[in-house]
Amino acid sequence: MRNLITFVWRNYFFFLFLLLEVFCIYLVVQNNYFQRASFINSSNNVSAKILKTSADVEEYFYLKSENEKLARENAELRSRSLVSFSMLVDDKFQVSDTVYRQKYTYTSCKVVNNSTSRRNNFLTLDKGSNHGVKNNMAVITSTGVVGQVKDVSENFCTVMSLLNSKTTISSKIKKDGSYGPLTWDGADYRFGTLHDIPTHVRLAKGDTVVTSAYSRTFPENIMVGFVESFERKAGDYFYTVQVRLSTEFKKVSHVYIVTNMHKEEQEELEKRTEVDGKE
Amino acid sequence: MLNEIIRNIIRFLLLVLVQVLIIKNIELGRFINPFIYVLFIIVLPFETPKWVLLFCGFTMGITIDMFYDTPGMHAAACVFMAYIRPGILKLFSPRDGYEFGTQPTVQYLGVPWFLSYSGILVFLHHLVLFYLEIFRFSEFFSTFFRVIVSTIFTVMLIVVTQYLFNRKKEQE
Repeated sequence: MRNLITFVWRNYFFFLFLLLEVFCIYLVVQNNYFQRASFINSSNNVSAKILKTSADVEEYFYLKSENEKLARENAELRSRSLVSFSMLVDDKFQVSDTVYRQKYTYTSCKVVNNSTSRRNNFLTLDKGSNHGVKNNMAVITSTGVVGQVKDVSENFCTVMSLLNSKTTISSKIKKDGSYGPLTWDGADYRFGTLHDIPTHVRLAKGDTVVTSAYSRTFPENIMVGFVESFERKAGDYFYTVQVRLSTEFKKVSHVYIVTNMHKEEQEELEKRTEVDGKE
Repeated sequence: MLNEIIRNIIRFLLLVLVQVLIIKNIELGRFINPFIYVLFIIVLPFETPKWVLLFCGFTMGITIDMFYDTPGMHAAACVFMAYIRPGILKLFSPRDGYEFGTQPTVQYLGVPWFLSYSGILVFLHHLVLFYLEIFRFSEFFSTFFRVIVSTIFTVMLIVVTQYLFNRKKEQE
C-alpha cells in the first residue's frame, strides 16, 4: 500500500493530468449524449451577462434593418389576421377561439450570442425557465427555422442551431409532401442537406422546403429553404438535395420560441403504444 | 514572484476577453478558428510547478468553455497542452538550460525557437480540440485541414502579440 502511495506521489504529474483529462472527457461525453442542463455553458450567469452586454452594443448596428424587418412583419400580420384581439400575457401570444383549438404559442426572444463558423453552432436567447421555456422547444424566425432549445437557466436558454452536427429536422418538399431528414454538413452556413427524397419526385431548382408534420417540435409548414441542387449518388435509391436555407444565420437577432401545447399528450400516448406493442 | 503572479492573472483576464469578445466574432472563413488564449499557457514562467501548470490549463479551458458552450472540450485540450509543455521545453532546451527568471517568450529566446516551441504546442492543442468537437472519424481529413490552417493563424496572432508585449517591456 505504501509502495502504491509512493508510486502515485512520484508520478503525481501524470495522475493529476489523467484525473483532469478524464473529468473533461466526462463533461464532453455527458453533454453529447444527454441533453441535460449542464452548468458550464453560456446560459450561466456571469458569461451570459458579459455576452449580453456585448450583444446589446452590437444590436445598435443592426437597428435599422431590424426595424424594417419588424415593420414589414407587422404589416403582413395585420393584413392577414382574422382575430385581431389576441391576449397578451408576458410576450406570449395566445388566442382564444371556440372553433379552432390552439396548438402552438409563440414567445419572442432576443439573441444575445450566436455563432456560424464552427462545426457545432449554438445561440443564446434572453428567455429562460422563468418565461416557461423548456428543453427541446422549437426556435424560428419570421424567415424560417433556427433550431431547438438545448439548455435552460432562469433567464437564458441556449439553442442548438440548425448549423450543428447533432441537429436533424424532419422536412418535406412543399409541392408534393415527400419528406426526409435535413442536416447540416458543416461546409457552408447558407446550405443544408435534405436526404432520402424518392427519385420519382420531380424536383426543380427553387422548390420550397418546409418542416413536415412528423416533427413533434416544429409546427408544420415552417419555411426551411429552397432547393438549390439535387443528385442521385451511385447505388442510392434516393436524391440528396442541397437546400438554400431561408434563415440568414449571420443576421438573426429576434426569434420566436414555439411551445407545442399538445407535445406531452402526444409523447405520452406514443410511449404507451410502444410499451403495449412490446408486451 | 508576487508581481509575476499578478501579471499572469491580468494576462489571463485580458486573453479571455480578447478571445470571446473579439476573436470569436471575427470570421475568417469556415476552416479558420484561431484560439489566441493558449498564449497564457505557452508563456507561463519556466519555474511554474507542474501541478500549477495543469490547473492553470484547466481553469483557462473551462473559462473559455463557458463562453463557447462546449463543456470540457477546451479544458481537455488545454490540460493536454499543459501536460505536454514540460516535455517540449526539455526537447528544445539550450545547451546550458534555461536562464533563471526568464520566460519562454520571443524576447528571451528568439523567433525561430519560439515558432517551433509554440507551433508544436498550438498544433497539439488544436488537434485535441477539433477532434473532440467532431467526435467521430467520418470527417477526418477536413478536420485535419482545419487543424493545420487554424494552427498557422493562431501562431501568427501569438507572435504578433508577443511583439506588442515586447515593446512595452523595453520601455519599462
